[in-house]
Amino acid sequence: MESRIFDELREIVGPHGLITSREELHTYECDGLTNFRVLPRAVLLPNSTEEVQRIVRVCHRERIPFVARGSGTGLSGGALPVENGVVISLTRMNKILEVDLANARVAVEPGVINLDVTGRVAPQEYFYAPDPSSQSICSIGGNVAENSGGAHCLKYGFTTTHVLGLEVVLADGSVVHLGGKTLDAPGYDLMGVFVGSEGTLGIATKIILRIVKRPECVQTLLAAFPSTNEAGAAVSDMIAAGMLPAAIEMMDNLAIQAAEAAVHANYPNCGALLLVELDGPMVEVAALMTHVDEICRKNKAWEIRVAQSEAERALVWKGRKAAFAAMGRISPNYIVQDGVIPRTELPNVMREIGRLSKEAGLRVANVFHAGDGNLHPLVLYDRRIPGQEETAEALSSRILELCIAAGGSITGEHGVGEDKKKMMSKMFSEPDLETMQRVRCAFDPLQLSNPTKVFPRPRLCGEKPGEYVAHPLETAGIAERF
Amino acid sequence: MDASVFSKATINTFEADVREIVTAKYVLTAAESDAVAGAKPTIVVEPGSEQELAKALKGANAAGLAVIPRGGGTKLEWGNQPARADVILSTARLNRVIEHAWADLTVSVEAGCTIGKLQETLAKHGQRLALDALWPERATVGGVLSTNDSGALRLRFGSLRDLVIGATLALADGTVASSGGKVVKNVAGYDLPKLVTGAFGTLGIITRAIFRLHPLPKETLTISCVASNVLEAQRLVLAIQNSKLAHSALQICCEAEMQPRVDVLFEGTEAGLTAQVEQVKSMMGLATITDAGRDVWNARQEIYSTGKKGSAEFSVVKFATLPAQIAETIETIASLSIADVRWKVVVQATGIGWARLEGEVSAMDSVLREFRSALERNGGSSMVAHRPVGMTSLDAWGSAGDALPLMSAVKWQFDPDRTLNPGRFVGGI
Repeated sequence: MESRIFDELREIVGPHGLITSREELHTYECDGLTNFRVLPRAVLLPNSTEEVQRIVRVCHRERIPFVARGSGTGLSGGALPVENGVVISLTRMNKILEVDLANARVAVEPGVINLDVTGRVAPQEYFYAPDPSSQSICSIGGNVAENSGGAHCLKYGFTTTHVLGLEVVLADGSVVHLGGKTLDAPGYDLMGVFVGSEGTLGIATKIILRIVKRPECVQTLLAAFPSTNEAGAAVSDMIAAGMLPAAIEMMDNLAIQAAEAAVHANYPNCGALLLVELDGPMVEVAALMTHVDEICRKNKAWEIRVAQSEAERALVWKGRKAAFAAMGRISPNYIVQDGVIPRTELPNVMREIGRLSKEAGLRVANVFHAGDGNLHPLVLYDRRIPGQEETAEALSSRILELCIAAGGSITGEHGVGEDKKKMMSKMFSEPDLETMQRVRCAFDPLQLSNPTKVFPRPRLCGEKPGEYVAHPLETAGIAERF
Repeated sequence: MDASVFSKATINTFEADVREIVTAKYVLTAAESDAVAGAKPTIVVEPGSEQELAKALKGANAAGLAVIPRGGGTKLEWGNQPARADVILSTARLNRVIEHAWADLTVSVEAGCTIGKLQETLAKHGQRLALDALWPERATVGGVLSTNDSGALRLRFGSLRDLVIGATLALADGTVASSGGKVVKNVAGYDLPKLVTGAFGTLGIITRAIFRLHPLPKETLTISCVASNVLEAQRLVLAIQNSKLAHSALQICCEAEMQPRVDVLFEGTEAGLTAQVEQVKSMMGLATITDAGRDVWNARQEIYSTGKKGSAEFSVVKFATLPAQIAETIETIASLSIADVRWKVVVQATGIGWARLEGEVSAMDSVLREFRSALERNGGSSMVAHRPVGMTSLDAWGSAGDALPLMSAVKWQFDPDRTLNPGRFVGGI
């Protein structure tokens, strides 16, 4: 990149808003998925939509790819810099712009931390529902890019359910407004496509969120089962009984041990632990809790506890939310996987994961959002042992293939990013992927905004779109697209 | 009017080709009743499978013919009159419930299945699509999705964008593509099911959809009360919204020279309902409570069907306002509706409402224009969902804001020849 471009960018963000020294750039070379690393040419720290817009205009003119970044907690390499590109960090745009309680709306800049939204409206007994485990550090902008979930999305929905409007800087530097404070704005639901597009369609610079009134009562039950089979059967029975708990989480024995070692959550040492949270009107919750208790006992739960205080409830959740990081206590290295299966496939998939784990000679700890079939198998390994990292990666990929075969998805909340783009061809057909990329071509025909992510193979945007035709080599079985 | 700009020969050639695809039995000459918002197409094609539909669409696209997708045909008058209309592609025969995975609370269904038939199937396992659509006995999955039709249950369960988890589309060029999937939690790839929800069939024809489901409630109870004026009604609605009640629906019904009525729906266990009803009773200032019954939730449908006998001229508009501006919005309609224009509205606590106007065409036309301006000034919007003959110049949509060029670019990517529903959507799309 020529020095005149650096000068121009420095002019926009000021001397403290441009990072070019190698040492400082290392901070931005990866996100929460640390096995991919790329050093960006520069990092920019804009303070306003206008600054983002001016930076993007320079990038567009000079054909410089850019990657937007929030807190960098993503787990799929979505904020991984691209070669010869710049990173646009939104951390300085961290103001809560408007709190409108009468309409239950909050407008924020993208760098606002997830938990701070709830913090701001908690005195009025409202909360922002999407709660990824990293909610104390992850940003709303990053949540929008990834369509982040969390334990409570079983009942409350994902980020996309709670985003009502967006201000977006497109890859050519123009600003558009998608959705708004009112519902059903005329036109296509482009906001619906933007949320979860992993930074490939532009940069959100303002976000209008929906907030939710705190329920009258919240109760959390902890049940210890002999194995994940019985715990899984209990989950199925709850769903069959017509319940929609706020959250149903499951941890297997290895995950329990790790969480205990890390935060002393006082979990019972059992084959599988179920954490069920119910919320709503007091009488309703009490009636359902009795029913949940019965279902757990029927499925051989040998210990059942209901958190008796807010402190106890917090401790129960602390263990669950710390589960990924806790793996460090029982293994030098681990891969966090994120796959989804139809809930009913749980016993089969667990059995297969057990078999594959044995075959590979590696331990797999399991943490699930059991209510919606979102699995987080953690493959434990030791990088110092030659070949073990490769074995772990292969095992981790095999688990995703199990999810696809079971009719599920390769990611429930962490995103595709850099990590899983090759898996996309296993989940979707080529026409499916080509059709998705038509959206990309409409938003960013030059493919400057987080290029190389999500899709295994970029689509050329210049030509008139038409039906997908396989290359003759593909048809002949000589070549394969990855 | 005959909307086709093509020679009879072009259509004849297409007709011969499409007979090969779907067999002659399912290629029909369009009747008067097949007109779409005043435009009369030439033929109606009823494919029997997703592949047949895609082939027929591809053929029409190649011939340069305009295609109007049709499900139950209940909402064809929504949106603008198509700029061209040659072929109606009907999903009537794609009407299977493919898989009700009841233990996973999902259903995969073909686009032509009616909402009524779908709900009946789901109810066998005590489940439902948590959506109270208009005319469920005739409205189809594809039509409801394409028009983004949602009712009062939206307050609790979200609208179609929150319920649809997968969709398969046939594009104008014949591509058949799926996105989303059959699991509720899934962030792999772009969320195209949301893109096509409310797209009025202008991007592709939905052939299949997958939805997340909810259990049927054990008990339901509707409480209604009459408020002294709209401000009082809004105060009550906001108070209920700001309470810890777990209601499923909440609406205000109001018409000229009548006091507004507030309806609230509770669903859950008997014990839960009893406790909540006590609370709402005191909020409403009611001495006794009686179940108002489910009929009040047909208010949206009644906006279409009721009205003074003999007054055929009416218009219906769907509008969006902020929850805290519902009273102001109703008062705007009331104050604009002079010169013998009668009005009636139902507004949900989400801020989505429906208004019916009756009166002389030019008077209604000007009320609708001024009503739209007032809504747009406050960040809201309106869509014309029924208009009398003669009210043609009023755009059905209003402003799409600064994202319109981007929307046109998306349209071009999906349907560069403007084959699908040309001119029906916002900004001439």
